[in-house]
Amino acid sequence: MSDKAPSRSKKSQKNIDSIPHSAELGIEFVCRDDTSATLKIPYKKELIGNPLTGTVHGGVVLSLIDSTCGRAVFIALKTPETIATLDLRVDYFKPAQPEQDLYCVAECYKLTRTVVFMRAIVYQDDIDDPIASSVSTFMRTSVQ
Amino acid sequence: MPEQTKTIDFSTLFSAARQTGDYDAVNELIPYAHFLGIRLDHDEDGTPLFVLPFDKKNIGNTHLPAIHGGVIAGFLENAAIIHLLYAMESSTMPKPINCNIDYLRSGRPIDTYAKCDVTKQGRRIANVSITAWQDNPDKLIASARYHFKVTPEG
Repeated sequence: MSDKAPSRSKKSQKNIDSIPHSAELGIEFVCRDDTSATLKIPYKKELIGNPLTGTVHGGVVLSLIDSTCGRAVFIALKTPETIATLDLRVDYFKPAQPEQDLYCVAECYKLTRTVVFMRAIVYQDDIDDPIASSVSTFMRTSVQ
Repeated sequence: MPEQTKTIDFSTLFSAARQTGDYDAVNELIPYAHFLGIRLDHDEDGTPLFVLPFDKKNIGNTHLPAIHGGVIAGFLENAAIIHLLYAMESSTMPKPINCNIDYLRSGRPIDTYAKCDVTKQGRRIANVSITAWQDNPDKLIASARYHFKVTPEG
């Protein structure tokens, strides 16, 4: 995946920064293509969930998944629309390594008139050895 | 630093909090919980009650406005972890295995509350249900089911 249009990349980062909690987490736009988006959260001590190991909280992983799916939903929809997360399932394969950034890639695998079905993978240094996998659904609230 | 060199005596920490009613040490335990502003309280019968005071930085949708779905999920997961430690149903930090979160209503810009129910406590796995609401406990904004890997006391 590569994003050759820097203006589109800047716009994506601006969209992320306009969401207060995404900005607070320090979410960064990485890249997108015609079907998927990749975002990252740089490691920060404030986000630790296990004080014994320095591992980031599962809630941070969930926020990254929700945010990345949200971005990828807009890629799938082509035109902007109001969406709401309906449900989210996450399988945690292994704890995130401390001091390392978290990446999430999300894509829409089915789009209907009312619902967007999404899947996502969270990884650190190797996408083939992910730390979590997720499926989620989003309501298209502006469509009856 | 090797993991084995660090330990936290959760049972002493939580017993002290229960006796004094001062939960600051518990609230400071997890940096991310502090980051979201989560507070631990308890209801009349002593059941842990979790509070997520409204904070502008937790907004995920500025148009509605609504609390970020990730914040609500993080709040629920943290509630389950603290609940398991508080109830001394785990002597180490419970590790999430998986979760199902249903978003029932949007999280309005007001305080949010959560309560947990340990549906099943096994030797290695705990199944926890968590519900969240705002001004009306009958109108849930989210409910979740979690599996955690736990290490029971003794």
